Amino acid sequence: MPEAIAYELAKKQKEISVAEFFERNKHILGFGNPTRALITSVKEGVDNALDACEESGILPDIYVEVRNPTEEECVVIVEDNGPGIIKQQIPHIFARLLYGSRFHAVRQSRGQQGIGISAVVLYGQLTTGKHAKIISKIQADQPAVVVELAIDTNKNRGEVQHQEIMHWDKPSGTRIEVSLNADYKRGKRFVYEYLQSTSIVNPHSRIVFKESDGTEHVFERTADILPKKSEEIRPHPYGVELGTLIKMSKETKGRKLASFLKNDFSSMGDRTADAVCDEAKLDRNLNPADMSRDQFLLLHQAFKRVKIMAPPTECLSPIGETLIRRSLKSETQEISPEFIFTASRPAAVFSGNPFQVEVGIVYGGNLPKDKPVKILRFANRIPLLYQQGDCAVTTAIGSIDWRRYGLDQPSGSGIPIGPAIFLTHIASTQIPYTSESKEAIADVEEIENEIKLAFREVARKVQMHINKKVRRVKTREKFDLITKILPEIAKKSAHMLNKPIPSLEKVITRIMDVVWIEDLVEYEKVRGKQVQTKLDATNSKGQTESGGWIAKSTIMVVNYKGKPQKFSLYALFPKNATVGEVKPKPTKVTDSYIKWNLENIDPTDKIDLFFELAGLNKGDFDENDLYVQHINPTYVIGADKWEGE
Amino acid sequence: MPRDYSGVITKIDSIAAKVYADLEKAEIPALQLSTRTKANIRFDDNLNVWKYGKNKTERTASSLDGAYMLLRTMYLVDFIKDMIKEKKSSTLRETYYISEGWNLAKFSSQNESDLLAEDLEVITGCMREDFKLRPEEDGARVIGNLVVEEMTRNNTKKKIHCQDDVGDAGYGIPYNVEKEKLSFKEVDADFIVAIETGGMFDRLAENGFDTDSRAILVHLKGQPARSTRRFIKRLNEEKKLPVLVFTDCDPWSFRIFGSVAYGAIKTAHISEYLATPAAQYLGVTPSDIENYKLPTDTLTPEDIAALKSELDDPRFQDQFWKHEIKLQLSLGKKSEQQALAKYGLDYVTDTYLPEKLVEMGMLKK
Repeated sequence: MPEAIAYELAKKQKEISVAEFFERNKHILGFGNPTRALITSVKEGVDNALDACEESGILPDIYVEVRNPTEEECVVIVEDNGPGIIKQQIPHIFARLLYGSRFHAVRQSRGQQGIGISAVVLYGQLTTGKHAKIISKIQADQPAVVVELAIDTNKNRGEVQHQEIMHWDKPSGTRIEVSLNADYKRGKRFVYEYLQSTSIVNPHSRIVFKESDGTEHVFERTADILPKKSEEIRPHPYGVELGTLIKMSKETKGRKLASFLKNDFSSMGDRTADAVCDEAKLDRNLNPADMSRDQFLLLHQAFKRVKIMAPPTECLSPIGETLIRRSLKSETQEISPEFIFTASRPAAVFSGNPFQVEVGIVYGGNLPKDKPVKILRFANRIPLLYQQGDCAVTTAIGSIDWRRYGLDQPSGSGIPIGPAIFLTHIASTQIPYTSESKEAIADVEEIENEIKLAFREVARKVQMHINKKVRRVKTREKFDLITKILPEIAKKSAHMLNKPIPSLEKVITRIMDVVWIEDLVEYEKVRGKQVQTKLDATNSKGQTESGGWIAKSTIMVVNYKGKPQKFSLYALFPKNATVGEVKPKPTKVTDSYIKWNLENIDPTDKIDLFFELAGLNKGDFDENDLYVQHINPTYVIGADKWEGE
Repeated sequence: MPRDYSGVITKIDSIAAKVYADLEKAEIPALQLSTRTKANIRFDDNLNVWKYGKNKTERTASSLDGAYMLLRTMYLVDFIKDMIKEKKSSTLRETYYISEGWNLAKFSSQNESDLLAEDLEVITGCMREDFKLRPEEDGARVIGNLVVEEMTRNNTKKKIHCQDDVGDAGYGIPYNVEKEKLSFKEVDADFIVAIETGGMFDRLAENGFDTDSRAILVHLKGQPARSTRRFIKRLNEEKKLPVLVFTDCDPWSFRIFGSVAYGAIKTAHISEYLATPAAQYLGVTPSDIENYKLPTDTLTPEDIAALKSELDDPRFQDQFWKHEIKLQLSLGKKSEQQALAKYGLDYVTDTYLPEKLVEMGMLKK
C-alpha cells in the first residue's frame, strides 16, 4: 500500500530558516540592491545608536565610517557614546531577528519591528561570510569587550565566535563593524544625505561621517537638550487588532473583562468599559482568560461602535519649532536662505494612535528656482529616503494650490517649483508605513489633513513675509525719491524761475503717506557672567542666568503721514526667551510679546524702541514680528494688523 | 531773419512754474499730458485726421519712476532753454549723450529721451523743431518729374530736378521740409507712389515707372520719418497729387499706411502736420495674395496678435480694412512686395501696378 501523499509532502516540508526568509524578503527589508544595502546598514546602526543614547540620557556623539576595501565589499562602522550593552545581551541584540525590547510597547520610537541591526549582521554574513565585530563598554572603570558574532541561520541564534577584552578610551559606548556586499560608489552620496537629514531632526546629536578616502564630515550639535522622553502608553481600543487583543488577554493580570479593559487600554474609564461590555453583550465579570475567539470578535466590533475618548497625546516627543528652525539653519548655511519658517500642529489622533505634524520651509538663497522643491520627510526622527511619490506627505503637499503662495505649480497641483526645501516630521506611536521597508507613509486621511494644515500655516507666514518685503522695497524706493530726487526737482525748477528753493517737508509726508517701521536684531556674546534683567511694572522676574547670547532688537518708527499718529505696537518674541532691558517703558510685557502705547507722533518725527532677549541661540530670532493696533494697518509699513493673542 | 522763440520759452517756463507751484502748495508735483495709446485717439472731423482724445496721463512724483521722469523733464527743458539762448541745436542722440552729465536725471536709453521729447511736444503743443531737437535719420529718397527748391547751408536757394539732377539714389529729403527750407516748383506727374522697401523703389526706378506712368516715387524706408510724411502731405496738398501707398502685405505694413494716411498713435498730437488723409492703399493686399497667387510665409504669433490689435484700432474700422484683415487672419499667410518677381522683373510695372491703378481709378484701360 502506497504511503499517503501527505507523508510524501511532509518530507519536503521543513521550517524555513531565517536565512531563507531573509533571502526571499530582502527587498522589503531594505537590502534589495547593493546601494540600498549600504544605506540600510548605516541607518539601522545609527537608529540604534541614537535610541541607546537617548534612553540613557546621553547627548549622542555618533561616528560613522564606511571603508571600501574591494569593489564589492564595504565595512560599515557605527560607534556611539551610549550606555554600552552587557556581554550576555550582545548576541541577542545583534544576531537574533525580531528580538527587541520595544516590540509590544506603544510609544513613539525610531524602530518598530525589531528586525533592524541583526538584519544587517545577517546580510553581511550571507554576502561576505565574515563575522560582525562588536565592541561594548558599560562603565568607565571596566575594560571594553570585543565580540565576534555569527548567526546560526537555522536556529535564529547568535553565536559568539571569538571574545576578548580591550582598553577603550570612552567612558561607555558601543561600536559595530560589519562587512557586507554594497555599492560604495553609488551609495556614499545617500549615506551623506541620510546622515545630514538625521542631524536636522536630531539637533541634540553630533554626527561624524568618515568616507573611505578619509574625508570627514561633521554634522554639529545645535541643541544641548535631549528631546523629551516619549512615554509608553497603553494601546487605544480604536487602534488594536483582534490578534493583539487576544494576545493581551493572555498576558493581563485582570481577572474580569471590565478591569482588563480599564487597566490594559488607554482612555477606558468605568463608564466606557461598561458601555463597551453592554455594546458587545458580554458580561463585565467574564474572565478574559476564558473568553472565546467569537467573544473577542464581539468585543473588538463593539470598540468601533462606542464613543471612546482620544488617547493621551503628551506621550509624543515632537522636535519643536525653534529646534527645527535652528537645525535647518545650521544645515543650510551654504545655501544662505532668505528665510526659514516652521509650523507645528497640535497632536491629533488616527485609529486610536496619537500623532503630531511639524513642518518647515527653507526659502531662497542658492536654491534652484526652476526645479521642484526638495521634500525632506521624517517619521519619528528618521529620514525617509525612498518612495517619495507614494508618501502621504507628497500627496498632501501636492494637493495645496501653491500658486496662491507665490510658488510655481504648472497644473495647480503636484509638487511646486521654486527655490525651497519643505521639511515634514511626523511623530506618532504608530507610523502607518505603506510597507515593511518603512519608506513611505500610508495615505491616512487624518495625517494628510494635518500635513496640509501645517503647510498652509507655514505658507501663510511665507506669503506674509513676501508681501511685507515687496511693500518694504517699494517704500524704500520712496526714500530715494524724497531724499535725492525731490530736492533736485525743487532746486532745478527754482533755478529756472530764479526763485528760492521751496520747503519740502509737507510734500514728503504726502508722497510717503505711511508710518514706517524698521527693525534690526543684533547679537552680543555674553561670557560666564550673569545678566541683570531690568524689572518692569508687569514682569517681575529677578536675576536670570543667561550666559551665551543676548539678542538686541532696535525698532525705529517714523511718521510719514500728514497728521500726528497714535497707536499700539506689539513685538513678539519666542516663548523660551527672557526679556531684558526694554526702552522706552512698555505698556505690557507677557511671555510672548511686548506692547507699547505710542502717543502722538508728529509728522516726520521718529521714535526708537529697544529691547533685549536672553536665553536664545544666535540666529533663533533674526526678524522682529511686529503688529499694530488702533491704526489703519494699511498706513503702516513693517508691521501687520494685531489680531489679538 | 532769425526765428522768434519767445513763445516757446514761455511754454517751457510754464512747465517749471507748474512744478514749482505744486511744491509751494505742498502738493505732489505732477504734469498732465494726453494718453498716448490706441484707446485714446479720436477722429477729428475738422482736421480730417486722428488726434488724441480726452484721456490724460499724469506724470507725478509720487512714484520713483514718475519722480525720475519729472527730474529729467526739468533738466531737458533747461537744456532746451540754453540751446535757444545760444542759438544751437542738437540731434536726439546728442541729447541722450548730453544727459550723461545730468547725474540722477541721466537717461538710461535713447528711447527714453526720444519719448520725453515727444511728451514735451504733447504738453506744450510745440514741435520738436521748436525745441531745437532734430532726428539724425535722413529723410527718404524721391525720384520723379518734380523740381524742388532748397535753402542750402550757405543760405542760397538751389533748384533740383528730381530726375535730371539726381543719381540713381534720387533726391534725399532733408529733415526740415518746412516752407522756409523747401518749396515745390514745377511738377509734371499724375500721382505719388510711396514705397515701403528700397528694393521695390529701385525696381520701379530701373524699370522707368516714374517716366512711363508719370509717377513720383517716394521711398518710405519702413515706418516713415516725420520729414517724409510731411513732404508727402505738402506735395499732396500743394500740388493736388493723389498718394498711393505700396507696401508688403503684413500688419506692420498696414501700420505704415496708417501713419501716412491717418496719423500715428505716437505722434497724434501733430497728425494735422504729418498725415495725408487722401492717401490710398494700393497693395499688396491680402486679396492680392489670392488673386496673384503670390509666394507667402506663415503668420507668426506676433503677426496674428498685431492683426487682431488692428481689428480694434479705431483707424482701421472701415469696410475695406476689416475685410482685408479678417481675410489675412483666415489665410494665415503674409507676403512681400518683391514676391511679385515670381512672374519676372517687369511684372510689377507691366502688369501688377497698371491693373491696380485701373482698379483704383487712377488709370484708364
